[in-house]
Amino acid sequence: MGPVTTDTPQDGVPKKGAPGAAPPPSPSGRPTAGALLLEAARRNMRQYGMLIALGLIIVLFQIWTDGVLLKPNNVTNLVLQNSYILVLAIGMMIVIVAGHIDLSVGSLAAFVSAACAVMMVRHDMPWVPALVLGLLIGALAGAWQGFWIAYVGIPSFIVTLAGMLLFRGGTQIFLGSRSLGPFPEGFQKIATGYLPEVGPVTNYHNLTLLLGLALLAVAVFQEVRDRRRQQAYELDVLPRGLFLLKCAGLAAAVLAFTLTLASYRGVPVVLLLLAALLIGFGYVMRNAVVGRHVYALGGNRAAAKLSGVKDRRVTFLVFVNMGVLAALAGIVYAARLNAGVPQAGINFELEAIAASFIGGASMSGGVGTVFGAIIGGLVLGVLNNGMSLVGIGPDYQQVIKGLVLLAAVGFDVWNKRRVGA
Amino acid sequence: MTAPVLEMRSIVKTFPGVRALSGVSLSVAPGEVHAVCGENGAGKSTLMKVLSGVHPHGSYQGEILFEGAPCAFKDIRASEAQGIVIIHQELALVPYLSIAENIFLGNEHATRGIISWNETLKHAAALLERVGLRERPQTRVADIGVGKQQLVEIAKALAKRVKLLILDEPTAALNDGDSAQLLRLILELKAQGITSIIISHKLNEIAEVADSVTILRDGRTIETLDVRAGSTTEDRIIRGMVGRDLDHRFPERTAYEGDPGAEPALEVRDWTVHHPIDQQRKVVDGVSLKVRRGEIVGIAGLMGAGRTELAMSLFGRSYGRGISGTVFKDGREIRTRTVPEAVAHGIAYVTEDRKQYGLNLIDTIGRNITMSALSKVARRGVVDEHEETRVAESYRTSMNIKAPTVFEQVGRLSGGNQQKVVLSKWIFAGPDVLILDEPTRGIDVGAKYEIYTVIDRLAAQGKAVVLISSELPELLGMCDRVYTMAAGRLTGEVPRAEATQEVLMRHMTRNTR
Repeated sequence: MGPVTTDTPQDGVPKKGAPGAAPPPSPSGRPTAGALLLEAARRNMRQYGMLIALGLIIVLFQIWTDGVLLKPNNVTNLVLQNSYILVLAIGMMIVIVAGHIDLSVGSLAAFVSAACAVMMVRHDMPWVPALVLGLLIGALAGAWQGFWIAYVGIPSFIVTLAGMLLFRGGTQIFLGSRSLGPFPEGFQKIATGYLPEVGPVTNYHNLTLLLGLALLAVAVFQEVRDRRRQQAYELDVLPRGLFLLKCAGLAAAVLAFTLTLASYRGVPVVLLLLAALLIGFGYVMRNAVVGRHVYALGGNRAAAKLSGVKDRRVTFLVFVNMGVLAALAGIVYAARLNAGVPQAGINFELEAIAASFIGGASMSGGVGTVFGAIIGGLVLGVLNNGMSLVGIGPDYQQVIKGLVLLAAVGFDVWNKRRVGA
Repeated sequence: MTAPVLEMRSIVKTFPGVRALSGVSLSVAPGEVHAVCGENGAGKSTLMKVLSGVHPHGSYQGEILFEGAPCAFKDIRASEAQGIVIIHQELALVPYLSIAENIFLGNEHATRGIISWNETLKHAAALLERVGLRERPQTRVADIGVGKQQLVEIAKALAKRVKLLILDEPTAALNDGDSAQLLRLILELKAQGITSIIISHKLNEIAEVADSVTILRDGRTIETLDVRAGSTTEDRIIRGMVGRDLDHRFPERTAYEGDPGAEPALEVRDWTVHHPIDQQRKVVDGVSLKVRRGEIVGIAGLMGAGRTELAMSLFGRSYGRGISGTVFKDGREIRTRTVPEAVAHGIAYVTEDRKQYGLNLIDTIGRNITMSALSKVARRGVVDEHEETRVAESYRTSMNIKAPTVFEQVGRLSGGNQQKVVLSKWIFAGPDVLILDEPTRGIDVGAKYEIYTVIDRLAAQGKAVVLISSELPELLGMCDRVYTMAAGRLTGEVPRAEATQEVLMRHMTRNTR
């Protein structure tokens, strides 16, 4: 048996009586904790493989950089540096799950950032309406591409390749060869701002600590509730001891991250944005009807259509969504640079696509999770950051990233074949 | 009896967690046609993969003797070098290459990597002559029908100087005429000294061409019967396959007793459909039919009669162009221009091609079952996964889907169990009218019986059932009434009492043009 669909949430549930899935019983007749852990690890190789790889990469660079990697200011920096790629990766993962690809997102991000720059700098527009208009432009661009792909039936590769040229050209028409800035302070805050401080002066950022504790409480509550409900439906659950261990691990990770951020400047605004996107899109893709339809379309378009899935509308919406997220990425990028620049966003699409595949997407569609896209994006981000810290030049960085992409997908293919899928 | 040309002794093959073969032995005499049958999952395909080197030597236990010599094939090429060629159920031809190119694919007439086309074409023409296929070798494979493609596969095998030809369900996708031609060819090849192993679910074919039959069940050899001796009846083979007597192959059915004048649940009037590409051609031509609640109505027809095209065009215009005609549901005219509209009006279509059109093979049983009516397990657009699991679990139990949990991937199930998932999906959608297109194609006898029971139950619940089938006994055993189609037209309507295979076949072959 092979866990090919371990990206579906149910597969985290141990399978009762699945061939080969039963862990060897201990002399007392009940599976030992060790056997259960091994079994869980084996079954969820695909889901957790990249998480473990990310952990290893972090440890490696933490040692290599003499602890600079996980210093509070660098962790904050990591989040800021990678935010726009992560935003794109979320949208790209959904596009890939639907069985398509989008090559235009880098150009579209540049186009929207240029448009925002023109509105705010040349026409003195306040930043809030500029932001809203920017997102609207993204939605329109996505609708334009979605129309050709979903309703006319031109392959997404072609439509978005055309879009890549179109939007890049548009950017250059807007900006000429100059960059345009600076922006109002409010706009800059999107990428460079932090949550305000409250309460007494401590060594830590109070609001961040509060948020961290709240997150911790919610996460543990969710775990406990899920376990209860699974028990109520008589599904197998982790034994009590292991479950407590899992919760403790989760809590430790959340606390460590919170303390790290809190000892610098607190939670960046853009991290809050990312968290909202991750939770929102993760929930939609996993639990909403429309998310399920995206997986069905990618898995077998004809069967989905004959099951009454509105294939055209869903495909169209996937591209509109991608357009909005590309616009958001462009806005964050421009805010970080504090200028609209003609060469913004070059190769962003490739980073986002690489992040999706490292994070477990399948080229043929129907497989992948939003969480996976984030993990894939972080693998790339930590590699970039770590390699820069130890002084590896951009030339070798590209070579290494290329090899990592190949290795990640290669491992996946090998793992699938090994389990006989 | 002479020494066997092929002997497989105590073959054991295990996959992680599953023992597919536990000691299968097979002995094939030279120059005979040897049938292998068994339920799906009995191990037929695995056995043939062991024989042809798909599962290489060392990955199984037991020994294989071919022409008296022990074999240790490491891949397919090694077995083909010995003259053992397997033709899979799904044909392995490249559609956009010519017949000649396909025949010599991987086996080209070439000197130092340069192909000699003259020699290729000449040799190909000779091979086509031998298999009785009248097509030019330059014709693209995509342009000939499935039946002819099957013959190309055999020509390809002959080009490899085949001594032992293995055919896996060779007639599954063929119509009766093409099937008959293929079976004749197997007998001709036999006369030329080529030994064949044929895997088939169609017991009448076995009776027709096979000299002996080996029956597998649960990864073991049950028995080898001599067909020529004459005492091997279909019932005898079925008994071996399922390990029990099937005194009736269809559930006892109380015939439809409703008022024949009752308002039909579904009525179609003057339905005409044109071919999606060749728009001059009428694929369905002026068909009118009625189905009442609680009634099972069959549609019989040969390949190309337009049965699937009729069903799919009715179901949200999923096939064809230039569609005209009217559809009435419970006496009122309805619009079924899209699949969601058809579903909303309580119509369900269970496809004949479950892998292509019925299932998302990489997803779980549960998610496939709820796909067509996801809103039933969702509130305000959010799927309640626990409720979904509960629903799926209830279907797994009631439909007897053989899988440890509903989280199993559908692609890993056997054909019969996949079909039960497709049926569950559409039963869950809660339709009033079910159009079942070849619901028992390619599945074993035991699973067939279970599916017949389900169909029967649906009719008893007051659903109107349309059963499209190529198997006449199935239509005779299940239906209250049978429509026959030929070349896109309705050619007959036969009540249960008058229906025999001969009557139906006469209508099905009536040319009305």
